[in-house]
Amino acid sequence: MYGAYLPKKPKRVLVLGSGALQIGQAGEFDYSGSQAIKAFKEEGIFTVLVNPNIATIQTSEGLADRIHLTAVTPDFVERIIVKEEVDAIALSFGGQTALNCGLALHDSGVLAKYGVRVLGTPIKSIRDTEDRKLFIDRLNEIGVKTARSHACLTAAEARAAALDLGLPVMLRGGYALGGKGSGIVETEAELDAAIRRAFDGGVPQVLVEENLRGWKEIEYEVVRDARDNCITVCNMENLDPMGIHTGESIVVAPSQTLNDEDYQLLRSIAIKTVRHLGIVGECNIQYAFDPLSTDYRVIEVNARLSRSSALASKATGYPLAYVAAKIALGYTMPEIPNAITRRTTAFFEPALDYLVVKMPRWDLGKFRGANLRIGSEMKSVGEVMAIGRTFPEVIQKALRMLDIGVRGLDPDAFVFEDIKDKLKNPTPLRIFAVAQALRDGMTVEEIHEITKIDLWFLNCIVPIVQTHVALQRRRDLLEEGELLAAKKLGFSDQMIGHLMGKPRTEIREQRKRFGIQPQLAQIDTMAAEFPAETNYLYSSYHATATDVAPSWRKKIMVLGSGVYRIGSSVEFDWCCVNAIKTASDLGYETIMLNYNPETVSTDYDTCDKLIFDEISIETVLDIYEREQPYGIVVSMGGQVPNNLAMRLAKAGARILGTSAENIDQAEDRNKFGQLLDRLGIDQPKWDHATDAAGAPAIVKKLGGFPVLVRPSYVLSGAAMSVAQEIHQLERILARAKAISPEYPVVISKFETHAREIEIDAVADHGELILSAISEHIEDAGVHSGDATLVLPPQTLYIGTIRKVRQIAAKIARALSITGPFNIQFLARQNEVKVIECNLRASRSFPFVSKVTGQNYVAEAMRRMLGVQTPIENRSLDLDYVAVKAPMFSFSRLVGADPMLGVEMASTGEVGCFGDDVHEALLHALVATGFRFPKKGVLLSLGPLQDKYWFADEARVIAEQLGLPIFATPGTAAALASLGIACTSLGKEQADGADAVHAIENGSVDLVINIPREYDEQGRPDGFWIRRRAVDAGIPLLTDLQLARAVIEAMRHRKLSTLSTLSYDEYVTRKTVALR
Amino acid sequence: MIEPPKMKLVLEDGTTMVGTSFGAPRGAAGEVVFNTGMAGYVETLTDPSYRGQILVTTYPLVGSYGVPAPREPGSIARPYEADRIQVQGLVVQSYVGAYSHHAATRSLGAWLEAEGIPAVTGIDTRTLTRKLREHGTMRGWVLPADMDVERGKRAAHAVEMKEEVFRLVSPKETVRYVGGGIKILLVDCGAKDNIVRSLLERGCTVVRAPWHTDLAPLAAECDGIMVGNGPGDPKDLEPLILQMRALLGSYPRPIFGICLGNQILALAAGGDTYKLPYGHRGVNQPVQDLLTRRCYVTSQNHGYAVRDASLPPDWEAWFVNINDGTNEGIRSRTRPFFSVQFHPEASPGPEDAGFLFDDFLRLVGAMAKRSS
Repeated sequence: MYGAYLPKKPKRVLVLGSGALQIGQAGEFDYSGSQAIKAFKEEGIFTVLVNPNIATIQTSEGLADRIHLTAVTPDFVERIIVKEEVDAIALSFGGQTALNCGLALHDSGVLAKYGVRVLGTPIKSIRDTEDRKLFIDRLNEIGVKTARSHACLTAAEARAAALDLGLPVMLRGGYALGGKGSGIVETEAELDAAIRRAFDGGVPQVLVEENLRGWKEIEYEVVRDARDNCITVCNMENLDPMGIHTGESIVVAPSQTLNDEDYQLLRSIAIKTVRHLGIVGECNIQYAFDPLSTDYRVIEVNARLSRSSALASKATGYPLAYVAAKIALGYTMPEIPNAITRRTTAFFEPALDYLVVKMPRWDLGKFRGANLRIGSEMKSVGEVMAIGRTFPEVIQKALRMLDIGVRGLDPDAFVFEDIKDKLKNPTPLRIFAVAQALRDGMTVEEIHEITKIDLWFLNCIVPIVQTHVALQRRRDLLEEGELLAAKKLGFSDQMIGHLMGKPRTEIREQRKRFGIQPQLAQIDTMAAEFPAETNYLYSSYHATATDVAPSWRKKIMVLGSGVYRIGSSVEFDWCCVNAIKTASDLGYETIMLNYNPETVSTDYDTCDKLIFDEISIETVLDIYEREQPYGIVVSMGGQVPNNLAMRLAKAGARILGTSAENIDQAEDRNKFGQLLDRLGIDQPKWDHATDAAGAPAIVKKLGGFPVLVRPSYVLSGAAMSVAQEIHQLERILARAKAISPEYPVVISKFETHAREIEIDAVADHGELILSAISEHIEDAGVHSGDATLVLPPQTLYIGTIRKVRQIAAKIARALSITGPFNIQFLARQNEVKVIECNLRASRSFPFVSKVTGQNYVAEAMRRMLGVQTPIENRSLDLDYVAVKAPMFSFSRLVGADPMLGVEMASTGEVGCFGDDVHEALLHALVATGFRFPKKGVLLSLGPLQDKYWFADEARVIAEQLGLPIFATPGTAAALASLGIACTSLGKEQADGADAVHAIENGSVDLVINIPREYDEQGRPDGFWIRRRAVDAGIPLLTDLQLARAVIEAMRHRKLSTLSTLSYDEYVTRKTVALR
Repeated sequence: MIEPPKMKLVLEDGTTMVGTSFGAPRGAAGEVVFNTGMAGYVETLTDPSYRGQILVTTYPLVGSYGVPAPREPGSIARPYEADRIQVQGLVVQSYVGAYSHHAATRSLGAWLEAEGIPAVTGIDTRTLTRKLREHGTMRGWVLPADMDVERGKRAAHAVEMKEEVFRLVSPKETVRYVGGGIKILLVDCGAKDNIVRSLLERGCTVVRAPWHTDLAPLAAECDGIMVGNGPGDPKDLEPLILQMRALLGSYPRPIFGICLGNQILALAAGGDTYKLPYGHRGVNQPVQDLLTRRCYVTSQNHGYAVRDASLPPDWEAWFVNINDGTNEGIRSRTRPFFSVQFHPEASPGPEDAGFLFDDFLRLVGAMAKRSS
């Protein structure tokens, strides 16, 4: 019966990926795309993937048959359709990017022209869900209620509609991912600005909708096959009611406050709607649901895999993307086996016997000027999922997983000046404000009145706060029952210890004495109704027995990267998955520990045992003691596991690879500085300030300003700043919470006009095995995560390369490194200084692995497991060039200054190839949203020397690219003195002819703005130029070196001459040896 | 505050699990069964098919949305499926007393206590469910924690499951719900109120008759017969089986069975039923129509099933459970008689199979017109 209804199977399928990670579109699409490719490959279908996101699993060997690391734009995809002779295309696995690209290809007739069939949900159904007016009409046809709404094409229309519906109203941009440009408008005074923002970025229409704030927000994930079988896999309820984007909300699955009548009402509407729309595959439907009746509105239907579907897959164990891909090929659900139970089919609705909570993670503090409020636009950069049996247990787990320094739902975690304001106007910390308000005696009813958060959730928080207060008063030992009760409420050992004034280890010992330990339970989709062979597990103190006993096999445990945040995302997941695969190939049983639902590492068929839980010293040790693995891998998941190394080693756990002591030597600035001195390796001058008063003297000793100010143990430049002068230094130090000998501030010389170089390497017992040197296009000072990397380096002196290698070899030997590491260098002339060294896989490991065709993670794992097969290092002898470029999400962060600096700000990256650096750079830029200018270029070039350094490029723009130049007054004067024609514009919005206006009226389509001056807050000038460029969706370059490289590249290459070679066409090229 | 008393669940294999009481603190005995639904405890607890059983919920949180006000005597309003709680006892992982829902007026615990039903919270119901799955359904006792087990077992209230249970759950006498022109005889051996509501909503008049009355005269005045759900072993309903066998032989109009009704029709037609190891109880049971191949997610609650191979030649299997291949419905090849093992009336659970009422009534209407 299997495949009984299968229509003609496609031979070659094109899968569109989602490109670089950005706010609203993150790692979940690596997961869904990878599952789809797996599903297609099982059918023997040749699969072609377009996705420039080089750090993804889906762009790795062993999945797609052909990979194109190019922009997911209609022109490139059309060329790939022709080149690869595909006969079908899958649009629903690459987020909004893929869907929009597919719609464009359909509209332009490309799909029809080349006979490419759209798999799954037909274009018409996609259109019906994407166009608000069509959507409302379609749902009206079957009497399903949507929010009262007007689709408006002009600002005037929108204004009239808003006044017609009556304020407050909700504004939403059509076709926009993550609710960009949307928000609630309360007063007429705010209306015009809000409408303008909603229309920004080329949005064709804006919706003005009735305000449903305070209603419950409920989602269903629906699957339908072409034979009209239809199920809902999961429903979810937002703790934060309507008004806060679901991506910004704390979400619980399954719903908690719906009774069966409510549940079935919404379920039935979901199925009816999905049938009427003709979805084939997977979609989600969002509702607003009246808390006081059974009235509802359908908010939207996403006719594709989404962030919610990835969450639902992880929350239930139901592989939505895989099933959707099979359905797209024509299978019906009862023909598709249930991958978890292996005895039932995909046609069923999971029964959960646990609940999950999703918490978003924000990094708003990293963006200068960004509005800290959360609302109907998505701003979060990552999420966690916690699994347990009660809401207190999961919410406390989830908050710890965020890795924001809290020990749980701690009412004391933050100081709120105006708690009512914090309750009323949501920020990322609102849940803590709720806890604090409860602690301070506010009733659940009062909090509900202000926040509209359902009383159910508030009542669940009450026992946490009560226990918190009770534990604070305790100094004696807890009795067994009390300790167990606290653990069941989700309190960590550390939190209990902290509240009682005892060390974490003492609570742990006491817990072990009582035999109180978490048990591992299966996520089996069936609530234990059928035996399941699943290896997908979570821990709970409510469970009294473990479902799966440890095996006797030799095993290793890999610690994942945890929540995605600025500075740590899909690249570390790639490292973890490859580490698992390598260990598995070597015959080890593999245990993966991670809690991020957006990842491939948490796909249960990636490893032998997936434990979806916290990565904390407590949880890791609990699992370590239970499973008794041969060793733990802490070097693949970025800083989260790396930070545990020392404590794990002290607790007696075996760390694979480089020893914990040596990891600490690299992490601890003092120890590392001394090591470099001992080895005779140069480093930028630095010192510790143990109090604010001592700082100026240190600056003087270092040779004056500018200086870099930062704490120890940093990732992505958290709290790192550059001080240009003494007042700025004082302000930075004043911002630091505490400066003491225990928490010193590191002040180092900030080197300007130096190149930055990175080496990614693998060593074995101190011997360098593999190494790849990349250079940054930007000068040092731009965070390495925001820099544009070139591999192999194109402009470095041979002497510099030699020195970099020598230093790497020396450090590897001194720290007896076994496994991955990364060192960052400054180079000026032939002088090389070490800035930073991490004895773990770095952000650029997937990039260097794929560019060199040598898997650095696999090699590192082999060495860590004692396998020493000889390997040739070929990172310099490549007959092509690759560029890794950052992706920014400034357009989503209202008010944030889109400037590069020592703080990392990018949310994703791409890696693209070319015959030369120009081609690779342009590919990479286009893949991050750059468009070749056609109308004009606005130059605003900062310091005088920058203006002259850019002279050649300005001439190229004017003469070879033939584009008019607009320039701010200083720049215009400098260009005029060089005989380069340009139009001078005022900097601020003084009159109609100023620079901002030129951006708004569309006369420029590339902005190059290099800031010159900093105001008293340390903010660079030209904010409005940058901000308006970002808001208007116009490419913006703020780094001089990058701008020069881009103009130089455009001089060499036009968009149409960028080749569409596949990944394997590059890496299989015979290299020309340089011997 | 007085701590609620401790209660224990004892299984016939000796397993003992201790938790805390949140209902009436008294002992009770019954067959221990688990249900995998994530919502719908009011409907489930009042479903007469659970009569005599101790219910275990696999979803850990129970009580979250409270319980609506009691209904007026004689009312058959949602979400109640009968006038009283039917289970012998309730066992949950984590009882939620602080409920939140606009329709609720009381907590689940208060309701259970008012109706004298014992309930235990703090039991690892997943581990318990695994045990029931591996061992098969077991007899069990809910007892105060400090009570001697043997004494408790003797004292615990139990329901005599044979024919007695069917008398407990069916009405004393025939009840008529006047609606539209089509008149349906509902044979009640513990039928859920939502079967009545489902028929009334579709414009029927319903004659709800206890299974032990003389059905033939009532059947004669009606346009069709519905045989409803109920608890226990269908073979204990020998008198009804005989009555239905007679009707199958002579009745000219449609007969539709649900759940126990499916088993009764099978037995009346000459087929056989058997006990499932641990039954189907939940709202996510997938079934497939063997003719159209269409699949439906259904609400189920049964411990017995029809043996496909036992069906006489003029009957055929209609639906199959996709999970385990058991029978989910049968129909006559020659007469307008058919039945399903699942609950098309839902409540709790998905309404996907509600079209079966429409199909049944369409057929009833067509045949009524023809004969009139």
